[in-house]
Amino acid sequence: MDKKKLNWIYKKLFTIRFFEERIKKIAKEKTVPGYLHTCIGSEAICVGVMAALNNDDWISSTYRNHGHAIAKDCDLKKITSEIYGRKTGICKGRGGSMHISDFERGMLGSFGIVAAGPPVVLGAALQEKINNGKKMSVSFFGDGAIHNGAFHEAAGLAQLWNIPMLFVCENNGYAEATATDWHLNTKELSDISKAYDMKSYQGNGNDVFEVYKITKEAIIESKNNEIPIFLEFKNYRFSGQYEGDTQLYQPKEEIEEAKNNDPIKLAIENSVNHGLNADELEEIKNIALNEVNEAFKYAETQPWPDPEDALKEVYVSYPKENI
Amino acid sequence: MTIKTVKEAINDALVQSFENDKNVILMGEDIAGGKGREQYQGTQDAWGGPFGVTQGLFTKFGAERVRDTTIAEAGFFGAAVGAAMTGLRPIVELMYVDFAGVCFDQMMNQAAKVRYMFGGKQKVPMVVRTVVGAGFRAGSEHSQTLYSLYTHIPGLKVVAPYDAYDAKGLLLASIQDDDPVIFMEHKRLYMTKCEVPDDLKPIPLGKGRIRKSGTDITIIAIQRMNLFAEEAAKKLAEDSINCEIIDPRTYSPLDEELIFESVKKTGKVIVVDESNPKCSLASEITSLISEKCFSDLKSPVAKITAPHTPVPFSPPMEDYYIPSAEKIINVAKNF
Repeated sequence: MDKKKLNWIYKKLFTIRFFEERIKKIAKEKTVPGYLHTCIGSEAICVGVMAALNNDDWISSTYRNHGHAIAKDCDLKKITSEIYGRKTGICKGRGGSMHISDFERGMLGSFGIVAAGPPVVLGAALQEKINNGKKMSVSFFGDGAIHNGAFHEAAGLAQLWNIPMLFVCENNGYAEATATDWHLNTKELSDISKAYDMKSYQGNGNDVFEVYKITKEAIIESKNNEIPIFLEFKNYRFSGQYEGDTQLYQPKEEIEEAKNNDPIKLAIENSVNHGLNADELEEIKNIALNEVNEAFKYAETQPWPDPEDALKEVYVSYPKENI
Repeated sequence: MTIKTVKEAINDALVQSFENDKNVILMGEDIAGGKGREQYQGTQDAWGGPFGVTQGLFTKFGAERVRDTTIAEAGFFGAAVGAAMTGLRPIVELMYVDFAGVCFDQMMNQAAKVRYMFGGKQKVPMVVRTVVGAGFRAGSEHSQTLYSLYTHIPGLKVVAPYDAYDAKGLLLASIQDDDPVIFMEHKRLYMTKCEVPDDLKPIPLGKGRIRKSGTDITIIAIQRMNLFAEEAAKKLAEDSINCEIIDPRTYSPLDEELIFESVKKTGKVIVVDESNPKCSLASEITSLISEKCFSDLKSPVAKITAPHTPVPFSPPMEDYYIPSAEKIINVAKNF
């Protein structure tokens, strides 16, 4: 791996962690409006998958999207401004934390509805296939989504139509407040893909380099063989379902044990093996923290949208008096 | 002069759109049909959907652009949203509007909202073609109209042509439109005919049509109800009651001006809608008139709709359910 990519990976890991820790803080202080879902514990999946993608490849995300948006190189200041509901937000204040998305960065959308993403990504991938495009299409979703019909319908059509795309399942142990294995009918979550004769791979979602390697290889295989591939990355959701969640359904000892495999901790431990010395690591960390601080400073001072901005961009064209 | 059925006019509009724009694709259940394997070439395209509307497209444009789907509306409607966002102009077929429930999330929460909630960067130029309407002895789950279900959702446009002329012109416009459009085809109108010029241009969405000019009563007729409005107007003319018939043609956007101008002229209004009455197009149009034209009204707006029941199966009950020319005449004579 070249140094530039290595630095990028570490910077993104730290940025996401610092960002989400700051979000947790402002959630407690109640200084931002709306629901907040943080992704502490998912950093390696966000960064590892995105490291294997090109900048303009298509992705879909969910309401737990901050990590995906940051790893997709969306503007950090505009992400933060959006969470604050400000005019300069990445969605002009119309989306909020659950819908952070930048189409110009290949984000088709961050959806608040579980399993809304896979069919939409299937459509982008179908478009690429029909137009002989080169962009890869990746749908991120959680373990809860695999029980939803929209996921299954998209999986069936993707396999039937030989659509190159990745179904990336972040298996973080909990679907909202219910443990994944309580509701799982198959031994392994990724076994669900067998019903469609779909290739699948599992990986350690706490190891950013493993996620990167598996994803990179899967993209090549998917494109070469014109097939969809299902990837399951296991990790642990340190955050609650939302900020303010008491997390009483997560046993304390389970959380403590999961901390041994914290993706940031693992990445720091592995940094020397990958050619980063302590000073370099510290410098990257400081840059990340500084950028996060700057982004929040920016967002806090941004103007609110005008109330009438609510009426804009519902349609491409529509009579004003009908709105 | 070319006489076409609604079914032929829709097929013509599809073929023309496919020829004019390589980004137009079609996805739906049984839109080709058949075995789909090499050794059975020729079995495809036997159906063209249950009403035969898309017949010939698979043969003409091939399996890449005419995609016979699994019975998985959430899957291929969602795919249409993603394909539309990234450059295609997908047309998806919802075999009956009664199946709206199995892919409503894709229309209500994704197609309708991605542009708005993600900051105005995306557009979703997709068309849902769907079949509506009672009078086919098709029972409660294959006979609804549900116009207002989609009209209620900001971000969606809703179109429902009455004759072959409007069907072709409005479908051409819907496919060229950059917003998601629900295009509703009434199953009892497919075989009705009228003159359709071969070089018909797209008809802009949001423009209603005066189907008959008149001075005494305004009848606002929703899709197939134009048939009964015309019948009633003919009978009423014998009693020297001169009706004006307005077909809004598109429900979102709605040509409010055309309606208000007519109401100002006549002062008496009947709204005829085949749908269930609560929160319907009939109630919406009635409320708009009372808000904007109250002082022009000579009597309260009359609504003729189906009752608040599912569509019944048995012919006497179904015929009773659907509004009729007689009902319009009775109301008109009692103004």
